[in-house]
Amino acid sequence: MAENNNAYWSANIRLVTICLVIWALCSYGFAILLRPMLSGIAVGGTDLGFWFAQQGSILVFLALIFFYAWRMNKLDKEYGVDEQ
Amino acid sequence: MDQFTLNLLVVGASFALYIGIAIWARAGSTSEFYAAGQGVNPVINGMATAADWMSAASFISMAGLIAFVGYSNSTFLMGWTGGYVLMAMLLAPYLRKFGKYTVPEFVGDRYYSTSARVVAVICLLVISVTYVIGQMTGAGVAFSRFLEVTSTQGLLIASTVVFIYAVLGGMKGITYTQVAQYIVLIVAYTIPAVFISLQLTGNPIPGLGLFSTMPSTGEPLLVTLNGLLTDLGFSEYTTGSNPWLMALFTLSLMIGTAGLPHVIIRFFTVPKVADARWSAGWALVFIALLYLTAPAVGAMARLNITTTMWPNGVEGEAVAVDELPDWFQTWSVTGLLKVEDKNGDGRIQYYNEGGPGMAELAAERGWAGNELVTFNRDILVLANPEIAQLPGWVIALIAAGGLAAALSTAAGLLLAISSAISHDLVKSVFNPNISEKGELLVARISMAFAIALATYLGINPPGFAAQVVALAFGLAAATLFPTLMMGIFSKRMNAPGATLGMVAGLVVTCAYLFTYLGVFFIPGTNMLANSADNWLFGIPPTHFGPIGALINFGVAYAVSSVTAPPPKEIQDLVESVRIPRGAGTALAK
Repeated sequence: MAENNNAYWSANIRLVTICLVIWALCSYGFAILLRPMLSGIAVGGTDLGFWFAQQGSILVFLALIFFYAWRMNKLDKEYGVDEQ
Repeated sequence: MDQFTLNLLVVGASFALYIGIAIWARAGSTSEFYAAGQGVNPVINGMATAADWMSAASFISMAGLIAFVGYSNSTFLMGWTGGYVLMAMLLAPYLRKFGKYTVPEFVGDRYYSTSARVVAVICLLVISVTYVIGQMTGAGVAFSRFLEVTSTQGLLIASTVVFIYAVLGGMKGITYTQVAQYIVLIVAYTIPAVFISLQLTGNPIPGLGLFSTMPSTGEPLLVTLNGLLTDLGFSEYTTGSNPWLMALFTLSLMIGTAGLPHVIIRFFTVPKVADARWSAGWALVFIALLYLTAPAVGAMARLNITTTMWPNGVEGEAVAVDELPDWFQTWSVTGLLKVEDKNGDGRIQYYNEGGPGMAELAAERGWAGNELVTFNRDILVLANPEIAQLPGWVIALIAAGGLAAALSTAAGLLLAISSAISHDLVKSVFNPNISEKGELLVARISMAFAIALATYLGINPPGFAAQVVALAFGLAAATLFPTLMMGIFSKRMNAPGATLGMVAGLVVTCAYLFTYLGVFFIPGTNMLANSADNWLFGIPPTHFGPIGALINFGVAYAVSSVTAPPPKEIQDLVESVRIPRGAGTALAK
């Protein structure tokens, strides 16, 4: 039981890490620090970084939370730790 | 029907609705008062969380913040939404599994320590009380502008309404009124935005309109805006300042958002751990509806104002004083907007006096300085329906929306404050044997007391009211967020480590803010001038949250590694909050 719970927790940590890397990459990366690198990609009169700063990041955050919820609720069942 | 009657009708109807809901959703037990009986549907909770979260600042000020600065203030958009990713993955599901009612309660139980709990109560009170002052003054101002009462009278009306539904219904009443308030505020925000976007770009979705081509100029909207602004000596809308400071400020807002107790406790109200995960997603959906629209409102309003001031283009003549639109008149009365014909030519020149080459241009064209002397950024949203020439009922809706945003956030904060007092101080520290009925009564009395305090502070705002955002977010980031996170993710973290970490985060963050902004923000008591030369490593006090959080983590880790590990039953508690199974038993406790 303890082993199963530890494996479940490691799977959760892995998933959270992946999600937070994407979270940081889109907001701190594309929208701010890496914006100059993306300046060649034009979006509606400006560049991709501006779009990420004012629209894209928020959409990515949304996708991340729903993906995490869906994936975790599945992991709960796989490891038999879901609420009955 | 005149505008005043219309405002009165729409606002009155919305208030009647809130009070009706309060009577229907009375709280009969402490579980209902603190956590709405843990039976709230995740979508409904998401909507209530969105209203809880979006304050007068989000509704009234944010579009203006972006409009007058442009790209650099995207930090608010990302910071105030990105925090939900942290909350959904690092806090909400585990705290829901823990299954109790307040944030200090988790801290106290997890760190098996009354002092840790009391320190958490202190942090919560400092954060929430400072935050609620802004909401109450915001409600007072909204009232006075639309309903022709003084702001003190407005504040008293607002307090009375909150009093009725918060004292009667607790979390249960607040949850369902917040749902109604969300609907009022999002409708009020979206309608003018859609019309403005249609007028300028032909695209009904403002977030898409922002990146569309304007039929009138044949250019993308942002290109037109950039061109106008640079011609008038302002900086480009889409260009930013120091990217590292932007990133740091965004991080500060994100961590602070995730650590705000009045938002965290909303996730205690859903039935299951899985629901807490979904609910965070739904909350962000409802928040995003406003946050994706706000940057479009900002850019389009900036464009509209600039073209209003320069109807013949920047090369042509400026707008004549007697040709200014009617809403200039209406808003001049409030003092939020002021024009002054400095060079006496009967026209109003709006430009940036300090811009590159503007002094020469002004001399050449006979301008004697910028003549749009005052333009408060809050007007952008409040006057939006008038700028877009929408009918009177839309203006009335904006009034109801602004009040809904302020009241819903105030109620959430007041609940966090009162439950910390009745549940974490009275029941846990002073009188553990209090009966269920007794505690419910104490909870209602603390709520009434919190409302009275907030009203008093709203009428007599202390000097630091303007610094509220920096203080609340900085402290939430430096105190509660790291402590909660370590409580879940580190089994080794013990009572001395967590308590000292929280104290260190609190003290260092306050010290840094007080050094530059004055002791308790009293002007003139600051030790160093608040300027970039004096800041430690060039970090402005408003951006200090992540540094405070690092100090909290560091101190907690160092202290815990040289003191005894937590007892076995605490390690078992950590194991249990990590696993969803068994949330039902937590509910029954």
